[in-house]
Amino acid sequence: MDLSLSTRTENGPAGDRTVVVVGGEIDVYTAPKLREQLIDLVSSGQYHLVVDMEGVEFLDSTGLGVLVGGLKRVRAHEGSLRLVCTQERILKIFRITGLTKVFPIHTSVDEAVAATD
Amino acid sequence: MALVELLLSPLPSHVRTARLVVLAAARRAGLDDGLVDEIRLAVSEATSRAVALNARHAAEVPVRIRVTDDPTGLTLAVTDAGPAAGPAPRDLSAGLLADSDGDDDADPDIALAVLSGLVDEVDVELGTAGTTVTMRWPLPPGSSGPGTTAAAQS
Repeated sequence: MDLSLSTRTENGPAGDRTVVVVGGEIDVYTAPKLREQLIDLVSSGQYHLVVDMEGVEFLDSTGLGVLVGGLKRVRAHEGSLRLVCTQERILKIFRITGLTKVFPIHTSVDEAVAATD
Repeated sequence: MALVELLLSPLPSHVRTARLVVLAAARRAGLDDGLVDEIRLAVSEATSRAVALNARHAAEVPVRIRVTDDPTGLTLAVTDAGPAAGPAPRDLSAGLLADSDGDDDADPDIALAVLSGLVDEVDVELGTAGTTVTMRWPLPPGSSGPGTTAAAQS
């Protein structure tokens, strides 16, 4: 399955959050689309992102690299990038790579939008 | 012993082709769903790495993927034509954070490090014209072996 992407804005207690809903497979072939989306959002001044990964069927280290790139971009503007993921097979690669220490990972979009820390 | 062998031009879109074919072979071999998920990630990491190396260093040379299974387990070998693999970074998150975001290629070292964290049996063999990464997943003793479905074993 190819990658699907959509974005929407939600109001949180600390301001607007841009929710990026990702579905399908994130690998070396599809990851450039996600990276372009994240670059476009940051270029248009949206520095607080929530990436909803509940519809992601597959993610490898290429996709992780894109998420890390997005994190670096929003941090350059004192922004944030939060992930929403409860799927064990996706969380596993975050644990193997130690990225659970780097990304705030939430169990729902509501929780990620409400986060203020 | 059953064999599937693939030769892939080093194109990013073929990484998915490799996942689909290797997964079909793993299911046929009777590996359970948890291991099939692990193999899906492993074949993607190893093939992304090989595709990136061949595209950069030997674009006319195909990536070779060989899957064999017998009643004791399944073996996956991915051969590239790139320069010898370097040591895997110890701290993966630091490696990913330090990695430049400027290209789409899989970082060969990160892929190898993920594989060593993911798969119990990984062997990296330097050949005369590239590297072969071999991974092995055992089938539990007493499982009915190739030809059964995962559901039939549970």
